[in-house]
Amino acid sequence: MADHKISRRTLLTGTAAAGALSLTGLPARAEVNWKKYAGTKLEVILAKGPRGDNLQKYVKEFTELTGIQVESEQIPEQQQRQKCVIELTSGRPSFDVVHISYHVQKRQFEKAGWLADMTPFMKDPTLTAPDLVESDFSAAGLQYAKNDKGQMLSLPWSVDYFILYYNKELFQKKGVAVPKTLDEMLAAAEKLTDAKEGTFGFVGRGLRNANMTLWTNFFLNYGGEFLDAKGNILTDGPEAIEATKLYQALLTKVAPPGVAGFNWMESMASFTQGRSAMWIDGVGWAPPLEDPAASRVVGKVGYTVVPAGPKGQYSATYGDGIGIPAASKNKEAAYLLCQWIVSKQQGARLLQAGGGVPFRSSILNDAEVQKGVKTKEWLQSVIDSGKISKLGLPVVIPVAEFRDIVGAAITATLSGADPATELKKANDQFRPILERSEKA
Amino acid sequence: MSTLIQSTPAAAQSDAAPEKELRPPSYWPFVVPALVVVLAIIIFPWVFTIWMSLNEWKVGSATTFVGFSNYLRLTSDPRFIEAIGHTLVYTVLSVLLPLVFGTFAAVVFHQKFAGRGFLRGVFIMPMMATPVAIALVWTMMFHPQLGVLNYLLSLVGIPPQLWVFHPATVIPSLVLVETWQWTPLVMLIVLGGLAAIPTEPYESAQIDGASLWQVFRFITLPLIMPFLFIAGMIRMIDAVKSFDIIFAITQGGPGSASETINLYLYSVAFIYYDLGYGSAIAVVFFLLIVLLAAVMLYARQRMLWTEIASDA
Repeated sequence: MADHKISRRTLLTGTAAAGALSLTGLPARAEVNWKKYAGTKLEVILAKGPRGDNLQKYVKEFTELTGIQVESEQIPEQQQRQKCVIELTSGRPSFDVVHISYHVQKRQFEKAGWLADMTPFMKDPTLTAPDLVESDFSAAGLQYAKNDKGQMLSLPWSVDYFILYYNKELFQKKGVAVPKTLDEMLAAAEKLTDAKEGTFGFVGRGLRNANMTLWTNFFLNYGGEFLDAKGNILTDGPEAIEATKLYQALLTKVAPPGVAGFNWMESMASFTQGRSAMWIDGVGWAPPLEDPAASRVVGKVGYTVVPAGPKGQYSATYGDGIGIPAASKNKEAAYLLCQWIVSKQQGARLLQAGGGVPFRSSILNDAEVQKGVKTKEWLQSVIDSGKISKLGLPVVIPVAEFRDIVGAAITATLSGADPATELKKANDQFRPILERSEKA
Repeated sequence: MSTLIQSTPAAAQSDAAPEKELRPPSYWPFVVPALVVVLAIIIFPWVFTIWMSLNEWKVGSATTFVGFSNYLRLTSDPRFIEAIGHTLVYTVLSVLLPLVFGTFAAVVFHQKFAGRGFLRGVFIMPMMATPVAIALVWTMMFHPQLGVLNYLLSLVGIPPQLWVFHPATVIPSLVLVETWQWTPLVMLIVLGGLAAIPTEPYESAQIDGASLWQVFRFITLPLIMPFLFIAGMIRMIDAVKSFDIIFAITQGGPGSASETINLYLYSVAFIYYDLGYGSAIAVVFFLLIVLLAAVMLYARQRMLWTEIASDA
């Protein structure tokens, strides 16, 4: 008997091994060889913003881990998009890793075949850490990253949900409850508007193109779909008209004057000055709103999901990804970097700084990570929005034209034009552009 | 100087070589660099633009020759037609207003008074600033709720205006910025003109008892006309291709109320990546500028004739 006694040490070793096995999920799974591409030099092109900052701040850790040198540059979004497209068209891009705005570029990049397929890399245990699995990304993220053949052409990096910011102080002063539906929101905004005092119930993007990201929240909640099964654009149907009527009412009756020219910057200025009680915009604005140097509403901001419409409750979702050009000569090394960019640690840092929201649920739902987020109410609105997320723009090539044309129609309704007529006109103008783009 | 003189005999010697008749003109190697530069950076891009405008040329997809269909598309593109209108209104206003104010300022600064040099310096400062920086400052000044302009209006009891945030007032507001920035340029040119006017006509006008307005209308204005013309020409070229201020302040909005041809061209070529159609717009835009310049040259020519006629 004594011979068969399991020693304390053997037991411990055995448990540790079993634990390790259960962690990796697969027995005898190979380790990621992080150092395999040591000495490689990667070029990264980033859109300017908190995501890029987060990468550049910690990229030394990646170099220490892998021995791969990383050169990165941040360019303002508009220019970055242009530069990428021009370089990718040339067939010899100067970068190995590219930052993509899914809601604008997904279809364009797919159709042109500019991105390398990451699926084989993700299946290779010597390249992919065991915790990086497809199912960890949210549905919206996978929808953005995969093409119609199911290939992963990028890794989803940061998601942008639209949420409702509201000024608790103004709500209390007027005795108004936080709206649960869009109708309640309009009614609340009416009560909160006090033109004499110069405070208004609602503020949001009115500027052509930019306004589409706000409008689609209403459109989706009124049951709208962008495209039918044949790929025809549907933004002149009854849902679109109803959504536009609400948009028109909000931005003409209960919003500050001049809102037709507002982008997020002007809207945020009005909200942070305490001049507007509600604002629907991207999730990333908590840091400036809670910054005493830039905001008069610090500690008074409420965060919640976009109110429900008659046909459902959705948060219009946009997002960024990180991909590798098909023409890159350092794809494996670039993949290691992409993987590190969406890693748990980097994602946690991004979330805790308020600079973005990772697409990976293992990060969002991690209690430790959550503890590090300063504004709990904001985090809750993020988690809740994730459950009702829906893509905020049609996945077509001419997204910019769509935003410009339909956006102009919607802005026109703010100076009194009829929603149905304007949307019809915009659709007639956009349809041939869409057809041309898919034909080519 | 001495080297030049020394080299002359050497050159003369080579002239005396037997193959003198077959030798190409000696100046042509000196023309080549200029010719290459002109071909490469002026002629080639133009020919290429025209070629692109005849193709369906979208970034990321194949190009196909489509003849004049891009141009046909222009005729039924409401955004393009509106953009022509916006460009013309914007150009006319931002030529006329700086001319009027600049002339007035020049007449004022032509008088002798204490601190004139300093004030002239202050007055031309807007011209020295970077347009995009100016645009950002003005954007905040235009803000209907928080901007300083509405605050100033409220001091004199005028209700707040929407400035660049309303389709009806956006172009005049942009012209305001343009006028603020470029009036000093007109002033400088006209000031130069004023300095060249002899004093005798003024003295005789004074003796004849002409009023200030008469002196300006019948002496100053005709004499500075050539200078005004130059200033107008420079302003027109600048205004018609104006991009930075409009782009930074409104990006062509609200809606497309301040979208000029230049802004639309930028959107089509670099945001929609429709290079063929964008090139067609560029060609039409170029023709429009040539036309405007021709009209101005014609006007200048006529003015010269009337001057000659009145001299005779």
